[in-house]
Amino acid sequence: MGTGNGDIELAGVTKSYDGETYAVDGINLKIPDGAYCCLLGPSGCGKSTILRMIAGHEDPTHGEILIGGEDVVGLDPVQRRTAMMFQSYALFPHLSVRDNIAFALRVRGLSKTERYGKADEMMEKVHLTEFANRLPSQLSGGQQQRVALARAAITEPRVLLLDEPLSALDEHLRIRMRAELSRMQRDLGITFIHVTHTQMEAIALADTVVVMDRGEIRQAGPAREVYASPNNRYVAEFIGGQNVLSGKVGDVNGSKATLAGPTFSNIEIPLLAGTPLHSGQSLDIAIRRDDIDLLRLGGNGVPPGSTGVEGAVTGVEYQGTFVKVMMDAAGEGEFVAYVPERRFFEDTLSVGDRVLAVWQIDHAHLLA
Amino acid sequence: MKLNRNAVGWLNVSPLLAVMVPFFIVPIIVVFIASIMQTDGFGGMFWDPSLENYSYIFKSDLTYRLYFETVKFAVLTLVFSAFIGFWVAHFLVFHVRSKLLAMGLFLVCTVPFWTSNIIRMISWIPLLGKEGLINRALIAMGAIQEPLEFLLYSDFAVVVAYVHQLTIFMIVPIFNSMARIDKRVVEAAVDAGASKFDIMRYIIVPMSKSGIALGAIFVVSIVMGDFFVVKVMSGGGTASVVGAFYEDIGVLQYPSAAASAIILTILVMLMVAAILRIVDIRKEITQ
Repeated sequence: MGTGNGDIELAGVTKSYDGETYAVDGINLKIPDGAYCCLLGPSGCGKSTILRMIAGHEDPTHGEILIGGEDVVGLDPVQRRTAMMFQSYALFPHLSVRDNIAFALRVRGLSKTERYGKADEMMEKVHLTEFANRLPSQLSGGQQQRVALARAAITEPRVLLLDEPLSALDEHLRIRMRAELSRMQRDLGITFIHVTHTQMEAIALADTVVVMDRGEIRQAGPAREVYASPNNRYVAEFIGGQNVLSGKVGDVNGSKATLAGPTFSNIEIPLLAGTPLHSGQSLDIAIRRDDIDLLRLGGNGVPPGSTGVEGAVTGVEYQGTFVKVMMDAAGEGEFVAYVPERRFFEDTLSVGDRVLAVWQIDHAHLLA
Repeated sequence: MKLNRNAVGWLNVSPLLAVMVPFFIVPIIVVFIASIMQTDGFGGMFWDPSLENYSYIFKSDLTYRLYFETVKFAVLTLVFSAFIGFWVAHFLVFHVRSKLLAMGLFLVCTVPFWTSNIIRMISWIPLLGKEGLINRALIAMGAIQEPLEFLLYSDFAVVVAYVHQLTIFMIVPIFNSMARIDKRVVEAAVDAGASKFDIMRYIIVPMSKSGIALGAIFVVSIVMGDFFVVKVMSGGGTASVVGAFYEDIGVLQYPSAAASAIILTILVMLMVAAILRIVDIRKEITQ
């Protein structure tokens, strides 16, 4: 896959607007050709700035940006062969759909018949043919998004940059357009870099998820890795789906160690080769919410190979395929178990019930 | 009480009607009636309806010369004020990064309008006159030997005064329509590979059209209906349409002045209609 030359490398990229604070602070990142990469983070974390620097709408203060092995800093978007799809699309409001899509060809000096021929082909691809003569304001959000995508893709760029492409759509449409983006990326076979603050959007789409915070990368890797094995507390909490417990390491002996916190003690934690633990050190661990089993007190207790915490149920939310059970087991932070729907209703829990939340020791994940 | 839909409709337009009827429609009717009456030569008029006053105006060469002069001033003023207005607005919207500063500079544009029209116009005289600042400076620099005569009491001076007076009427609507251009739209054009010139002709000018048209309506209707600037700045050397019927009134020729006024009103309305024909302001604004 890939059309060649669409691999991107950021080396020590920083961006500062005032010389003191850094919107982007020392980013190193490699994105292979033809990959779908999502930059994920809260607003103001610098993800859009990175996108705009790759697009050539801003220059980095320091560092190199390489596309296809060549340093592109200072080149304009056309020379970079990148195209950007702007947040809320930035369609030309006074031009028809066809003229919007053909705009890049018009400024490249193509004749009317040539550029309309190509625009019509592109409109066919994204199912816009019947809207060719409409103005953007006469289109729905989803149609506008397709126009924006078509306008960006018409120049056959090697990298397509998408700034919050789905944020202007309602929930339902967002999930549909998500699939469309993914299909489009496979069809075009070019590198997509997609900026979003929605976790589910990122992990649903991306080959590589880059989690950012305050101008820095906190973790970059395949979606599953970022979701299932977060490197640190920030990533675990931002991506969600994890319970984070903080405490101090108790006894460490050979194959076992324990963790004690304000509301729990003697949680067994796995010992990993390469990460030595010392008695008394502070440690965060993460356990996936769907790895947790809830047992009533007074049963058989914690099964062998598992460990757990005790707490009271503080809330129950029905989610369809599973039930979200909230507990007061993690001190200040929330502790949540996702219980499969059928299992939950075999023995329904209600608010105030005291339960034992257990998980297999080796399912816990140590955070740096 | 429930009003039927018709009554609600009339109530909605009543404020506009309350202004338009007494201040526009009634006077126009009065002027039209006067224009088909005859004069007794001493300021009195009597009812003997005919279009004689009109045919007299259309037969006179003077009419065509006057209209030519006035339309010439209108077009020249329009061209210069649109050019200056466009670039001032463009500077304020696209080059001044701070919104506050842009707003401040925009207000500075209106400072000259804190004094009266007449003072602003007359203040050109010491600048442009034979012994004026410009002539003396040029002579002192050795650029010219004799003072430049065309600076004052000439067509040039008339256009300068009009442009000075009316450019603000271009800046305001153009600024308004440009300020509504999303900066990301311009960025999207850059991303597509548009040069500065492309952005200007495909994005900024088309999207500022409604502002330019609104400004043009102001400028054209003001210049067409003015005689004072022409009178003062041309030094009496050039006449204007309104100037001519002002003189008619001076010699108590009310019916022919009224006929001229009706013709001028129709012409200005046609010019405004032509501007609106080129730019559909309603469509542009609702876009």
